[in-house]
Amino acid sequence: MAFDKMELRDIEVWDGNFAAAQALRQCQIDVVAAYPITPSTPIVEGYAKFLADGYIEGEFVMVESEHAAMSGCIGAAAAGGRVATATSSQGFALMVETLYQASGMRLPIVLNVVNRALAAPLNVNGDHSDMYLGRDSGWIQFDAYCPQNAYDLNFIAFKVSEDHDVRLPAMVHQDGFMTSHTAQGVNTLTDDEAYGFVGDFKPMNDMLDFEHPVTHGVQTEEDWHFEHKARQHNDLMTKVMPKIQAAFDDFEKLSGRKYNIVESYDMADADVAVICMGTSVETAREVATEMRAKGIKAGVVGLRVIRPFPFFQIAEALKGVKAIATLDRSSPNGAPGMLFNEIAGALYNTGDRALLSGYVYGLGGRDLTKAHLVSLYNELQANVDAGKVTTPLQQFIGVRGPKLSFL
Amino acid sequence: MSEMKKIKNLKEFSTSADRFEGANLLCPGCAHSIIVREVLNATNDDLVLSASTGCLEVCTAVYPYTSWDASWIHIGFENGSTAVAGAEAMYNALRNKGRLKQPDRNPKFISFAGDGASYDIGFQWISGCMERGHNMMHVVLDNEVYANTGGQRSSSTPIGSSSTTAPAGRVSYGEKKNKKDMVSIMASHGIPYSAQVAPNKWKDMVKKIQHGFSVDGPVFINAVSPCTTEWKFDPKDTMMLSDLSTDSLVFPLYEIIDGHELNITYRPKNVVPVEEYLAAQGRFKHLFKDQYKYLIKEWQERVDAKWAYLNRREEARV
Repeated sequence: MAFDKMELRDIEVWDGNFAAAQALRQCQIDVVAAYPITPSTPIVEGYAKFLADGYIEGEFVMVESEHAAMSGCIGAAAAGGRVATATSSQGFALMVETLYQASGMRLPIVLNVVNRALAAPLNVNGDHSDMYLGRDSGWIQFDAYCPQNAYDLNFIAFKVSEDHDVRLPAMVHQDGFMTSHTAQGVNTLTDDEAYGFVGDFKPMNDMLDFEHPVTHGVQTEEDWHFEHKARQHNDLMTKVMPKIQAAFDDFEKLSGRKYNIVESYDMADADVAVICMGTSVETAREVATEMRAKGIKAGVVGLRVIRPFPFFQIAEALKGVKAIATLDRSSPNGAPGMLFNEIAGALYNTGDRALLSGYVYGLGGRDLTKAHLVSLYNELQANVDAGKVTTPLQQFIGVRGPKLSFL
Repeated sequence: MSEMKKIKNLKEFSTSADRFEGANLLCPGCAHSIIVREVLNATNDDLVLSASTGCLEVCTAVYPYTSWDASWIHIGFENGSTAVAGAEAMYNALRNKGRLKQPDRNPKFISFAGDGASYDIGFQWISGCMERGHNMMHVVLDNEVYANTGGQRSSSTPIGSSSTTAPAGRVSYGEKKNKKDMVSIMASHGIPYSAQVAPNKWKDMVKKIQHGFSVDGPVFINAVSPCTTEWKFDPKDTMMLSDLSTDSLVFPLYEIIDGHELNITYRPKNVVPVEEYLAAQGRFKHLFKDQYKYLIKEWQERVDAKWAYLNRREEARV
């Protein structure tokens, strides 16, 4: 069985889902096991159409649930080949058990997560609740801000995940609807360039090598479990970042597009900074530029890599900043917020600890407008002027009714 | 195409090269290891195996040891079947792409799981695997209870048995529900082969396993696995219990081809009363009190009715 290559224009008009589907096609995945769920469904639909039209040679297994999708991916990855899938929200939540199993078994798998809220109440729109649910699962997590990123980061994800020094699965996140269903110009790689970048899959401990039988997924109790988990974590924290940086460097040489572990915009002399993820980074950048015209030295920091958390890179990016707002797009449900906590942790032992305030926004697809960010930057500047946090420590942006801040 | 392994007698069978080692942590007298060896010894081909969480898994792959001299994977409780399905998909992909390391091999894909992992928590995953037509075999090690966790009831647990979550007590005879008929349910997927086997009837077992290996598509095997710990009998009596299970027709041995053609593969010369099967196990001890003896009668009627049904199905050739 052969497959045809596809002629792409230098710039295609793609939404994030189709960009991801195209990237998967170009990476020549051996097995995709998947289950549809809004808003990630078009990724697997797009992939299925490529298969039906003869552009894919690998196996495509439409299973009966997201749990089975990741279970099938784990079996396929252990067998020894390139594996990927996509999901969102409730499907991601159903997968969680297997996410830990995939990373604990050190299997390279790429999962496109089109971020969406978690029920209840049921909601199909974008927020980061599912992304946050995966943050302790032992996966590498990349964050796309736009369709171009969703395309590019898939190549990066395979390259890092499949590296024999890493062997950890990777997620590529994009915002539900805002990225996944919004068509933009996407600069493409040719099929040969793209495949050349990710390279041939190199199996390791593959179950289909019958001359070297392997046992995958053993039992360890108090005698060995801790060592396994600690080593996995240490590899995630020490080995992955250099590989990501190398992959970013190589990708820049190939495409001219530069990615950074932490994306800083207007941060060199910033007094006030917003730190956020997803499409909000692009909105915040626009507002920061406008704030500078009004005399407020505003900057934006976007996380490109969520896990492993770029502890040192974040501290470096925020050096000298006087007031910081963390924007969490997931209900913290009993804490200040993931970004708030992580940023506080990263800065606590640094000399210049900035004033830190947390904002929760955009749940269930609620818009974050430029006006919201203007008043947020003004609040940060007020904090700088007062030398203390003048607002509640945690605020909700754009929520109706009484103020619900608890801090 | 792989050559079918020829097995003349039990001695020859038992001296086949073991890819499942005797060095494991299963209870003395556990039928699981007997069944697994019988399944694996039915072929000389390479194997891709999985075990769902359960007795077999926790007793054969405790780091840094393994009892498996074959490719083997465990993911979780419910998804062992899908693990093998994923590996089978990868095999097909790499074969089509010409990337198999040993392209001349003809591997067999087998998932092992207990009744809890098959009848209950893994039901959907197995159904998915059967429906999608993977070239794989799912083998249930059916000891009618969650044995690994100390004997809780599953949907395979038979009426009147005492388990830790459906115990017999002052006002209860234990399990109130009849066992789920998994062989029929799986056959209803229209799969090429489903069958019930027992470790004491090894020739019948090997024939069925080899038939399963020879067909193209998913195969479902339900193997009765007498559990010395939870059925409460002496470890030396495993084969006796297995004999009682088949000869009382509590576990009739039959096969269903292409989802409809049913063949009874073993007809005991002397059918043993169900009462003898029940009496040999501690889990049914309370049924022999006067107030529950009617349940033994009902047991016999139920087994007779199922046997009559199987005979009618066989005769009908539908």
